[in-house]
Amino acid sequence: MSIVTVQLGQCGNQIGFEVFDALLRDSQSSHGLCCKRENEAYQASCKERFFSEEENGVPVARAVLVDMEPKVINQTLSKAAQSGRWKYGQHACFCQKQGSGNNWAYGYSVHGPRHEESIMNLIRKEVEKCDSFSGFFIIMSMAGGTGSGIGAFVTQNLQDQYSNSLKMNQIIWPYGTGEVIVQNYNSILTLSHLYRSSDALLVHENDAVHKICAKLMNIKQISFSDINQVLAHQLGSVFQPTYSAESSFHYRRNPLEGFKDPALYTSWLEPVNAFNVWKTQRAFSKYEKSAVLVSNSQFLVKPLDMIVGKAWNMFASKAYIHQYTKFGIEEEDFLDSFTSLEQVVASYCNL
Amino acid sequence: MTQSVVVQVGQCGNQIGCCFWDLALREHAAVNQVPARSHEPPRLSARVVGDGGSISKGKICSLKARAVLIDMEEGVVNEILQGPLRDVFDTKQLITDISGSGNNWAVGHRVFGSLYQDQVLEKLRKSAEHCDCLQCFFIIHSMGGGTGSGLGTFLLKMLEDEFPEVYRFVTSIYPSGEDDVITSPYNSILAMKELNEHADCVLPIDNQSLFDIISKIDLMVNSGKLGTTVKPKSLVTSSSGALKTRHQKPFDAMNNIVANLLLNLTSSARFEGSLNMDLNEISMNLVPFPQLHYLVSSLTPLYTLTDVNIPPRRLDQMFSDAFSKDHQLLRADPKHSLYLACALMVRGNVQISDLRRNIERLKPSLQFVSWNQEGWKTSLCSIPPVGHSHSLLALANNTCVKPTFMELKERFMRLYKKKAHLHHYLQVEGMEESCFTEAVSSLSALIQEYNQLDATKNMPVQDLPRLSIAM
Repeated sequence: MSIVTVQLGQCGNQIGFEVFDALLRDSQSSHGLCCKRENEAYQASCKERFFSEEENGVPVARAVLVDMEPKVINQTLSKAAQSGRWKYGQHACFCQKQGSGNNWAYGYSVHGPRHEESIMNLIRKEVEKCDSFSGFFIIMSMAGGTGSGIGAFVTQNLQDQYSNSLKMNQIIWPYGTGEVIVQNYNSILTLSHLYRSSDALLVHENDAVHKICAKLMNIKQISFSDINQVLAHQLGSVFQPTYSAESSFHYRRNPLEGFKDPALYTSWLEPVNAFNVWKTQRAFSKYEKSAVLVSNSQFLVKPLDMIVGKAWNMFASKAYIHQYTKFGIEEEDFLDSFTSLEQVVASYCNL
Repeated sequence: MTQSVVVQVGQCGNQIGCCFWDLALREHAAVNQVPARSHEPPRLSARVVGDGGSISKGKICSLKARAVLIDMEEGVVNEILQGPLRDVFDTKQLITDISGSGNNWAVGHRVFGSLYQDQVLEKLRKSAEHCDCLQCFFIIHSMGGGTGSGLGTFLLKMLEDEFPEVYRFVTSIYPSGEDDVITSPYNSILAMKELNEHADCVLPIDNQSLFDIISKIDLMVNSGKLGTTVKPKSLVTSSSGALKTRHQKPFDAMNNIVANLLLNLTSSARFEGSLNMDLNEISMNLVPFPQLHYLVSSLTPLYTLTDVNIPPRRLDQMFSDAFSKDHQLLRADPKHSLYLACALMVRGNVQISDLRRNIERLKPSLQFVSWNQEGWKTSLCSIPPVGHSHSLLALANNTCVKPTFMELKERFMRLYKKKAHLHHYLQVEGMEESCFTEAVSSLSALIQEYNQLDATKNMPVQDLPRLSIAM
């Protein structure tokens, strides 16, 4: 049961690296706190899910790296190769020279269609390498231009071409006070488009993870590397192989069966308990006991509402709109996005 | 990797440009001397400097600047070509004439514009051809003279027509009140109209601010409070590694500041970092409406700007300094005006938590427009400027530029009412009084837009009614 990861933009690629690193480190750790046979089964399952084997035995991540400028991808590739424990495929990346300029319209309407064939080909190659393919994991941010715009475009394409496979998008909710000034526009455009084509959206807020680093982990000078590592740790514990009630391994599906609504938001909370419980005896990442909670709740309404509100305020003054209409996203498209998201907010509020 | 081409026009533009290339080469040499981790690709400033370079013992051998040098009199360009930077420029990149523009915008724009149009276009096309992916033109000029102002702005329209997808960032030196060129208000206003219409982003700078900065540093140095040992590899004016010996002329130190501005502006696009910011992101985030593209810049720490060893201040102080009037390159008062957007470009060992802490700290004292209350764009570049551990460049789109423009308009009107010196302009073919009136109304319209924004300044932020959905 393999998962193909698509990492988009600076954020997606930086996080993607940390996730694969965390997964492999965990699977290769000898502190399994379980019997040897169990450990071996765990390792095999993990590797199969996220890595393919190469001739010289170095695991190759099942990933496609996409960015519209080369710096981050180059860094990511070399960090992976440098670790010596795993690497990315040689031809697994798609790169251009000039970025998307934080412009969703540029990512979605220009870069997306222009490079559609190349990117989808790369993804297809990865899928073909899997013996039993179970779904896509797409890592992207909402605030920028590439992750958000091309991410939305690619997810749509995946919906068309692989309608039977699961698509889970890991989206990074930007800090409330600016990383990018037009982040609210980019976010609402992304969310409304993903709503139609993704199966599940796993959300991480930069603010929340930042607080975890500050309060729970007591890191003094928090860097994006710290934040990404926390994220990777959490994601890793979601994805590692687990048992269901019976004692056989199966891939823990996205919590779709337990919920009625289609395209959902899931949010990250403190570990408590969950509706569907999957257990494993094998310890994760050297912690003796750990638990992970993925939930679909009204928790996300407030941040969503805030982003929609801010974007609406800006839209009312027509600020920055000319940057989007330049590349084919008209005011109508904005209005459509606002409408879909207001509906989502209302639906959650009515629960 | 993308590339940029620098177009330096007129005496001021070329002198600043020369400083810029000197700094760029030094940064390039310093960065490439650092033992690169084996897996990292060379971090060249290949976007501004040509390729095919090789470096031996800190001296750049065959790098060529991606630049076009234009001046309508030969003095400045000849000096550059005879100076230590001569190898960096190709003679094919130059356009010169003999007579100069006589501080007359009309001569620069119309006479030399039409005379040299084809040549300029050819040089620009050539430089674009050498680029793999041309992203931006940096135009450096002054507003008060004839060539930089007239021919410089003529180029803008040409670049817009010929290379519509390439950004046009203009660094404009505005005349101070005590400018010795009497017709500088005419030249500036005529140029402003072109900047309004054809530039993507303008960084207005005035000589008085630069002069004040230099004086302040001199004062600090000479007061004896601080040690005066020369920092060996300071990016600014130490002669070790520099191809030019510094402080030859009074404007050199001032030009150097502008050169630093340009270098820092492009650093996040050239070097790696945890939160990159490309040039197209500057325009995307800082220009909410096409006309309002004037950005006030401030640089810290100032001591990058001279070869003086001032003890490094704490990180937070650097952020506070960026919002102090002493560090701005334009005389203006952003704190008491309205911010439309603000960008912080940080270099060096600074992390996201430092950035956030300082934004939270400074936010209450700044007023942002109601629809952009969190109008901050940030970037983190890992490589600091040579010789220092960190630096910060702040770019503000703020209504505080309004007084500068209003003052310029007043000086213009004082001359224009008396029709003083007008005949010099009108005798140029194609120039009529309507050119003047159109230019003034263009500026008035811009001022009016800033006025409208200012009017919203102290109003409470209202939440506008949202779409209501029938369930």
